[in-house]
Amino acid sequence: MSHGPTVRGLILATIVSTTAALALIFFYAPLDANQGFVQKIFYIHVPLAIVSLCGFVAGGLLAIGHLRTGERKWDLRSYVVIHLSLIFGITALLAGSIWAKASWGHWWVWDDPTLVSFLIVLLLFATYQPLRFSIEDPERQARYASVFAIVAAAFVPLNFIAVRLSQGFVHPRVLTLGGGNLPGPMRLTFLIALLAVALLFVTLCLFELQAKRTRIGLRRLRRELLGEDAVRPLGRSAAPS
Amino acid sequence: MTLLAAPALPLHTAGKYVAGAYIVFVVMLVVYLGIMTLRTRRTRRELSELRREVLERQAQAELDGPGLAPRSAEQPARVDPGRAAASPERGSASSEREAAV
Repeated sequence: MSHGPTVRGLILATIVSTTAALALIFFYAPLDANQGFVQKIFYIHVPLAIVSLCGFVAGGLLAIGHLRTGERKWDLRSYVVIHLSLIFGITALLAGSIWAKASWGHWWVWDDPTLVSFLIVLLLFATYQPLRFSIEDPERQARYASVFAIVAAAFVPLNFIAVRLSQGFVHPRVLTLGGGNLPGPMRLTFLIALLAVALLFVTLCLFELQAKRTRIGLRRLRRELLGEDAVRPLGRSAAPS
Repeated sequence: MTLLAAPALPLHTAGKYVAGAYIVFVVMLVVYLGIMTLRTRRTRRELSELRREVLERQAQAELDGPGLAPRSAEQPARVDPGRAAASPERGSASSEREAAV
């Protein structure tokens, strides 16, 4: 499979930014006075969580594109973005859990609103794949999945605001609209790490999209060249069509 | 080893947690890329199978003569399977159904 210049450029930018982020994390950003070395997890955990949540919202927006135009490409994009957001979200959750163990002495605490709300969002989007799989008709599958993606995506900012407004803050608040309380080198490191994770997300999305489009094209070509009999029938799948 | 001994990396008790978090990230990435690589390989294999089948049908059609050539065997001369598969156009619902797997 050949990649276009956009994907190649993105891959390069992702590699450069990831390398820069890792170098900054371990050799530039100062140790946190409170948490010490454990705070280094923050530079991977928070960008993953942010990109994952943004991905869920983006999946909902792409699903709007599908419902508005009826074009299946929007459903495919929405599916890929939500799929990758789930992977990034699970990774953020695991990294956060490791940080919680090192910092609080527990792998998980149920009284922290941020943790629980993120878990709820993740579980909500985890039902996206089974929902798709349960619907055999591709048109209905795409339509129902789009409606679900939009509603679930709307839940993300609502959830975020609810958590911010809640009283029992246990989770560290280092990022706020007022600038937060990160010192300069830490802020720079965090922003580069966020950029690296975001670029990785976009690169993987394009990669998966291209792979899926190629498979669609290949099967169509097989049908056109060799006839309907030459194409193996597909079983039920959660993947869009 | 020089990097491990650098003063910016105090690898005491916290080190294993930090390493664990970053290893989780790398493992997830490697697993994802591994799955995608397997799928890409399968697509490549199917593409080469398609090429072979098209060439076989083309050769068969030439042997049978122009009057006996099946409809499907007339297409390959105009389409390069490799290029066409890499840039699919938007198709019908039934053909697009096959994005699955």
